[in-house]
Amino acid sequence: MATVATEIRPFAADVPQVEVDDLRRRLVATRWPDRETVQNDSQGIPLALLEALVQYWATDYDWRRGEARLNALPQFITEIHGVDIHFIHVRSPHEDALPMIVTHGWPGSVFELLKIIEPMTNPPDGEHAFHLVIPSLPGYGFSGHPTEPGWGPDRIAGAWDELMRRLDYDDYVAQGGDWGAVITEAMGRQGPAGLRGIHVNLPGAVPPDVEAALAGTGPVPEMTDEERATFDALRQYRVSGYSGYFIAMTNRPQAVGYGLTDSPAGLAGFFFWHPGFAGWTLDDRRKTKDEVLDDVSLYWLTNSAASSSRLYWENHGVSPTSSAGLHTTEITVPVGITVFPDDIYRPPESWARRSYPTLNYFNQVDRGGHFAAWEEPTLFAKEMRRAFSPLR
Amino acid sequence: MSVVETATAIRPFQVEIGDEHVEELRRRIAATRLPGRELVGDRSQGVQLATIEALARYWANDYDFGRVQERLNAVPQFITEIDGVDVHFIHVRSQHEDALPLIITHGWPGSVIEMLDVIEPLTSPPSAGDAFHVVIPSLPGYGFSSEPTELGWYSGRTAQAWAVLMNRLGYARFVAQGGDQGAAVTDDMAHQAPEGLAGVHLNLLRRALGSTQGLPAESEQERAALEAVNAFRTSGFGYFLEQSTRPQTIGYGLLDSPIALAAWMLDHDTDSYSKIASAFVDGKPTGKLTRDNVLDNITLYWLTGTGASAARSYWEGGRAAALAKGKTPPAVSIPVAFTTFPGEIFRAPRSWVEAVYPNVIYFNEVERGGHFAAWEEPELFAAELRAAFRSLR
Repeated sequence: MATVATEIRPFAADVPQVEVDDLRRRLVATRWPDRETVQNDSQGIPLALLEALVQYWATDYDWRRGEARLNALPQFITEIHGVDIHFIHVRSPHEDALPMIVTHGWPGSVFELLKIIEPMTNPPDGEHAFHLVIPSLPGYGFSGHPTEPGWGPDRIAGAWDELMRRLDYDDYVAQGGDWGAVITEAMGRQGPAGLRGIHVNLPGAVPPDVEAALAGTGPVPEMTDEERATFDALRQYRVSGYSGYFIAMTNRPQAVGYGLTDSPAGLAGFFFWHPGFAGWTLDDRRKTKDEVLDDVSLYWLTNSAASSSRLYWENHGVSPTSSAGLHTTEITVPVGITVFPDDIYRPPESWARRSYPTLNYFNQVDRGGHFAAWEEPTLFAKEMRRAFSPLR
Repeated sequence: MSVVETATAIRPFQVEIGDEHVEELRRRIAATRLPGRELVGDRSQGVQLATIEALARYWANDYDFGRVQERLNAVPQFITEIDGVDVHFIHVRSQHEDALPLIITHGWPGSVIEMLDVIEPLTSPPSAGDAFHVVIPSLPGYGFSSEPTELGWYSGRTAQAWAVLMNRLGYARFVAQGGDQGAAVTDDMAHQAPEGLAGVHLNLLRRALGSTQGLPAESEQERAALEAVNAFRTSGFGYFLEQSTRPQTIGYGLLDSPIALAAWMLDHDTDSYSKIASAFVDGKPTGKLTRDNVLDNITLYWLTGTGASAARSYWEGGRAAALAKGKTPPAVSIPVAFTTFPGEIFRAPRSWVEAVYPNVIYFNEVERGGHFAAWEEPELFAAELRAAFRSLR
């Protein structure tokens, strides 16, 4: 029945206790490798750090608290193109608020976006407000796992427009970093009627000539000092080994998946390959250990390690920083970009202008990294207000 | 006994695996939590769920866990310390006193297990004049060799250790053989040309996997080889890159989940994967790539807890390559023999082998066998070594 398929059902997370107990049992029984042979994270997250995190996970961490953080918010599920999409939907008390769909990435989840909800839906007096829609990507968290290929960024982008229309938002904006940026840019290219503009905090701003120079297939173009600094950093990034997870997941998501599905320590260890966690410690205050474990536990308890990895396979290895790969010049709606200084690269405004002809907001802030909404929610919310104020 | 004597002592070694370790392994296999099925009909997303399910079933229910111990203890094994690492090795002397000493190096995801069936045909060949004394070491960080606790154990350092080992065994003149990581070690030995090394035989052209620059691509064979290398580098390279950049990260899963370890080890090249998958899913092994033999190897990795340390050898390889960037190693002057097995990642044409090694004394392309040539086709492999080294006797 058509009415059933487009139905929006309320949702509350309630993971069976037997799953929570099984996770704890596995954590306690972890069989560890020997310590790394270096004094840094160049072979992966150091044994001592992961052991300490797993110890905390198995003893003091409480999944029910993480679950309660989600259940304190209005959550729903609706089926789109055959896949159940889980989403958080918080309407601002201000009726004239701008509807926005915010998309997380990997190894993130809706958890990384929880702290922006309050400042964006309930801003300081006189500031613009947003109605927020925060979906879980297909294959992630409480969304369903696609059982057929084809759920790449383009299809997800189309599904997001369908979701916004189903919520009766016929005039909205979209935002994302990491995979969220790739999907938001796909929305910008598709240009559905209701989409007024987009904002990304990991832009695909590396121009084709720079990319060729990085790959060694073209000459190094003339660059300003600022461009040169970013170019050098990108070149260093390529040899640092940080991008290995990207290639492993693109090539063989299923092979990576077996370990991440059977070993929670293996799953956590793998997450820390992501440069967004570089330098992380147990007493990190921007991404606390409880918040990190909410995120990892969500992947574990929903058995999403392999299904989430498949998004990389679907995308055929296109780099999220590549203008040509993401066809950013085909985006027709206004684009806003905020560069958070500790993200995987700092695109100069000149590159952003070349890559995004419809760029109408560009700002580089002084703090925050790859998980900007998680790390600097107040600053992030402020950037959203500034970026979208011309569109109101 | 002086310290020096202790360090160079060669101690007999026997495998002893406690029942509790086997029980623990069995328990973990039974408790495996699996991902959902892949979304494609081939291995392009990785080892297929049906393959791993069949493997898990056989491993937990039908596999005889005593096999590893039994098969290894059936041959003389030793341990000796070289350069701070305990090196485990099998050493089988031919009954023919003037046999040619040969050191064979396994690769990843292999071990001495893959070489067990070549021992008999090499030490006791049809013709006495073709016999070898066989030395089969476990790479540092693999199997019963100890794990290096310091940096620097790339293939070149292992190559030096192997020369020390042959010397310590009293072999003044010997030959060396290797495929996969064993080809890297053996190629490094050929470059180092230690005293006594009379020649080498390889079944993987290491150099072409790193770069095909300067290799001819005109004939049909050459173009096919180039295409196969490129395919590997674009879609089959994930494990290589992962191990060479973050071995500790992948190690956490490999040490904690036997099925993750099995899947990781099966996800090597397409040819060996399809042969092994067929053994488990359809019960149709190719050559000696039987379910039991494949599980012997995986069980050895599990019981010795070497998933991370073995992966680390790739990290060392990456580091060594970065340090050596821009430096061309001296050309190999000693004799090189090569066999191309058809199922290998790419079929190295003679022209490529000759472009890499100036002194090729033997080249042959055989009709069976793949990446794990010695394991899959031990008789054919042994026949190739006999033919390859005949002129050096």
